[in-house]
Formats: sequence, structure tokens, C-alpha cells
Amino acid sequence: MTGPPERPSTERTRLATAGARAATAGSLSRQPGGDVVKGNIFFALLLLAIAVVLFGLAAIIVQAAINGAPALSFDLFTNPSSSLPERAGFRTALIGTLYLILGVVLLVVPIGVGAAIYLEEYADRTRWWNRLIELNIQNLAGVPSIIFGILGLAFIVRGPLDLGFIVAAGSLTLALLVLPTVILAAREAIRAVPPSIREGSLALGATQWQTIRRQVLPASIPGIATGVILAVSRAIGETAPLLLVGATTFVTFNPTFLGDDGYSALPVLIFNYATRPQDEFQTLASAGVIVMLVVLLAINAFAVWLRNRYERQW
Amino acid sequence: MTSSRWFAVVASASVLAVGVAACGSGGGSGGGLSGTIRIDGSSTVAPLSELVAELFQEENPDVKVTVGTSGTGGGFEKFCAGETDISDASRSIEPGEEEACADNGITTSRLTVANDALTVVVNPENPVSCMTVDQLNQVWDPQLKLGSWSEIKGLEPSFDAELTLFGPGTDSGTFDYFTGAVNGEEGAQRSDYNNVGEDDNQTVTGVQGADGGMGYFGFSYFEENEGKVKALEIDGGEGCVAPSAETVRDGSYVPLRRGLFIYPSAEALRRPEVQEFLQFYLYRVNDVAAQAGFIALTGKQLREAQSELKTLLGSGGEGTAG
Repeated sequence: MTGPPERPSTERTRLATAGARAATAGSLSRQPGGDVVKGNIFFALLLLAIAVVLFGLAAIIVQAAINGAPALSFDLFTNPSSSLPERAGFRTALIGTLYLILGVVLLVVPIGVGAAIYLEEYADRTRWWNRLIELNIQNLAGVPSIIFGILGLAFIVRGPLDLGFIVAAGSLTLALLVLPTVILAAREAIRAVPPSIREGSLALGATQWQTIRRQVLPASIPGIATGVILAVSRAIGETAPLLLVGATTFVTFNPTFLGDDGYSALPVLIFNYATRPQDEFQTLASAGVIVMLVVLLAINAFAVWLRNRYERQW
Repeated sequence: MTSSRWFAVVASASVLAVGVAACGSGGGSGGGLSGTIRIDGSSTVAPLSELVAELFQEENPDVKVTVGTSGTGGGFEKFCAGETDISDASRSIEPGEEEACADNGITTSRLTVANDALTVVVNPENPVSCMTVDQLNQVWDPQLKLGSWSEIKGLEPSFDAELTLFGPGTDSGTFDYFTGAVNGEEGAQRSDYNNVGEDDNQTVTGVQGADGGMGYFGFSYFEENEGKVKALEIDGGEGCVAPSAETVRDGSYVPLRRGLFIYPSAEALRRPEVQEFLQFYLYRVNDVAAQAGFIALTGKQLREAQSELKTLLGSGGEGTAG
């Protein structure tokens, strides 16, 4: 019933939009020749920039695929590490990495989002300590990962926390490493929520916390998810801090999150295979790169799917 | 909205559950022994310990053995902090390290598990085939810092190319052993070399790519890369000797012939799974060495190591027969 009367109006809108677009395009194309050339040059530079990025990525994938092809099989996912190349796989390291990443996500999302909410919604920017906190978080994002490894060894594995060489200690260290990324992304996402939404909610009598929980946070989930994807992508590839906080290279059993039996992680095992004298292990290392890419893509695909579910247009 | 949120919660919970189930299924019925044995140390010895550990765990599925590669020095550091049970080493423990261990109440003894020929490699195009220890010392001396092969005194035939040096990092037992044998003092080596850390394949690539390249590593790296690099014969005072399994076993490859060791801690030796593991180690080590590209012990060395272990187990409490 509501269909027919509406059609003319949408039709009119469509025509109006098309007309406006044509008019804009027409006025743009009437620009002087020099500007058109400049525009084209700029466009070419943009294409070049994206080509460089894609070429780098493609080169890594193609090289790993070519070098690792002889070793690629499903056994890589099911066999534990071994010092005999014909039966070596990545299962134990893969499980170690999944635990590490799960721990990182569980730590980083509440802490990162909490910090971002405080900084965006509660912190008074005229106070010097809030500006100091902001500055420090931005600087932390640039600290080399090995520094976090040393920190993790001194304060988490040994020292005050004294957790020992367990997966949870590795997760904590990696979480510290990627927290700045999540905080910065979450802040951007929260800031992008239009003030009118907040004002509308407050005007209807909601408290500040209700506004944040019901309006601001759901609206900023896509941006936060992007930050988490970036953080996980970085954490999954880190080797140096993990070596310091106890990821060993040779583990033939499935690790547990809190058990102190030892654990390994994909990049650590790939590095270990790559440094061995036998050619077969170098092939395995390349195959390991593919395994890691598959895992990373799977994790990120899940996050992207989650993000798209919550995507909203204002 | 609510249902989709529930779905996300259920999905993540099931991911968790699958992970937990996967690690639960790891343990099975075993031969009675259980526990964890932590090994760390030399990356040169690691492949040997790993293969032994793998075979051992097939027979004792409830014993978990991990092997790390922190380097001989890095391994002893963890070992003396009580963080590992057995330390892999490509040189003997140093007095300073022994003190650090003693401060934490850790005592240890050495078991020889394989032989190695520290191999000096050059580019295949290099006409030089033999160098004396003194000439090697000129190349690696911390003060001389020669820039070219033509500056090495008494070298035949003469060769003019820029010296490009590759070597392991300072945590490496290979580094310690080489500097001790060639420069007369452990750790004394010119600092302007390409430090490859624990990754000896970089030395292969580097020496292969530089006409005047030179580097050193364990014999197994040379064996796997013959043709890409050339091994120098070493004149330790009694003529040129090429590195090989034979010259190592008969003792003629001096001074770069070395033993590879494991150091169990006295405390770990009291645990039945460690006792069993070490007996298994010395029982299988020569087959395993051949499989993993190591130079096996001579019959005499093996008997010595086994009797050494027997003494250790005798003093360490109740020894179990293999």
C-alpha cells in the first residue's frame, strides 16, 4: 500500500540527483587544460602509490608460495614441529599463536576501549596530565617491539608479576605492545560519532554512561574493529618480544594458556626452520609463511564480518 | 540486534571450547613417566637435542620436552637462573657462568654428545685453500683490522679482494670457541664483521655473494651447502687438514675441532623423567647424530659419556635402569 504513492517521489529524487551529478561533471570538465593535466598526473601518482603497496605484498606472497609449494599440504596444520623435515608441521606453534592472539584480544579490547572512552568522553583536555597521557600513548605506538620484550621479561615473566614463561605472559607482553594502536583507533572511532547523537540521547534524559553504552559504543564498533584488526595483524607477526618472554622453538605438544610446559608461536618456528642448514627446512619456512597468512586472513575475515554487521551510515 | 550479539558470544565461546578440547586430547596413556624437561642453549646442538626429544616423547607421551635456541651463553644465563633443566652448549661452561649458577644453588656437569668441526668457509672463487691459525688470527684480530686479502702475511697464492667477514653473535658458543682458538682469548674479535646472530644461513649467503667473503660455522652447515661455499683447510702446526668426520674423530683437525655438550642440572637429575631422558639420549645419540648431520662420537667418547652419566645418576639419588 505504501509503495505506489512513494514511487514518484523517489523517482523525482533520482532524477534530481542525476541532474546535479551531470551538472557538476560538466562544470568540472570545463576546467582549463593545464588543470586537467595536473589532475591526471596526480591520479597517476596515486595509482603508483597503491601499485607499490600491492607489488610488495604480492612479491612476498608469490615468493613464499613458490618456495614453499613443495611442502604445502594439510599436514602442515596437523603435524607438530619436528627435526625431521618430512614430518615437520606447524600445529603446536599454530595453537600457541591462536592462544596468544586470543589473550591479546581479550586484554586489548576492554583496556583499549576503556582508555579511549576515558580520553574522549571524560578527560578534560585543559588539564596537563590528560595531555601528557595522550602524548605518551602516541609515543608508545613507536617504541620498538624488543623493548616491550625486555619489559615483559623483567616485569611480567620475572619481577613483580612473576608469571613464568607461560602463554599468558606472552599475551600480556604483546597486548602492551599493540594497546596504543587500539586506543588511537578507538578514539578516532568515538570521535567520529556525531555530537548530535550524544546530545539527543542526553536530552531524552539518559545519563552519560547510558549514552556511551547505548549510543556511542555501538556506533563506534566498526572503527574499533579496524583498530583490533591492525593490532592483531601486528601481534601475530611479532617474534623478538616472544623470544624474550619464553616462546621456545621446539615444542611437540599442544600448549595451554596457563601451563608452564612451554609454548611456541608461528613466527618463532618459521624463524627456527629458516635458520637450519637443510634446504627442506627453508622450504618449510616458506610454507609456514603461507600458513601464517591463512591464519591471519581467517582471523581478520571474522573481524571484518563482525565490523560490517555493525556498520552504520549517518 | 540482540540475536546477532548472542551469536557472536556463542561463536567466541565455541572457539575457546575447541581450543581447550584440542589441548585436552594431547595427553594420552603413557609409560608411567610424566613431567616437563626444558632444554635451551646452543643453536648448533639444538637439532640433535630436538630429534632425541622427539623420539623420547614417542615412547613417553606424557613427558613434555621443549628445546630453545638462545645460544650457548644465553642458554647458560637461563640455566643458571633455574629456568631450564638442561643446557645445550657448543663450548665448555665458563668459570663466570659456573659462579652465577652456584649463586643460585645450581651445579652441573658436562656430557659430550657429538663432535663438530668448526669450519672456515670462503667464496668458491677464492684461490686460497689452506690457512694457518696465525693467518686466521690476522684476519679476525681485534686490533689489526685488515681490509684486504692481500694484507694477510704469508698467504699462498696471493689474492686481492676486499675482506668481508661473517660470524655469529656474541651469545654464540661458536663465537666463543672460534675467538678462543684463533685469537687466543674468548670473545676477542674485531667488531667490524657482519653479525648474523644465530642464523648461520646468512653466512652462507653472504660468503657466496662476496668474492673476498669469509665466515665460520658448525660442520653441518658446510655439509648442506657444499658448492655454495668452500671450506678452508686449517694448518694447526702440522700441515693442512680439511674438516671432515674422519679428521675430527682421529683428532687431527686442530685447533677447530670441538665437542658439543649438554649440561644437566643436579636438581633436574633427581627427577626420574630427566634420568630416563639422559639415558635415552646417550643410548640413541650416535644414530641420531648421523640422521641430523652431526659427527658422531667415537666408541671411546661414547663409553666415557655413558660412564660419566652413570656416576652422575649414582650420586643424584635413585637411578633407574634403561
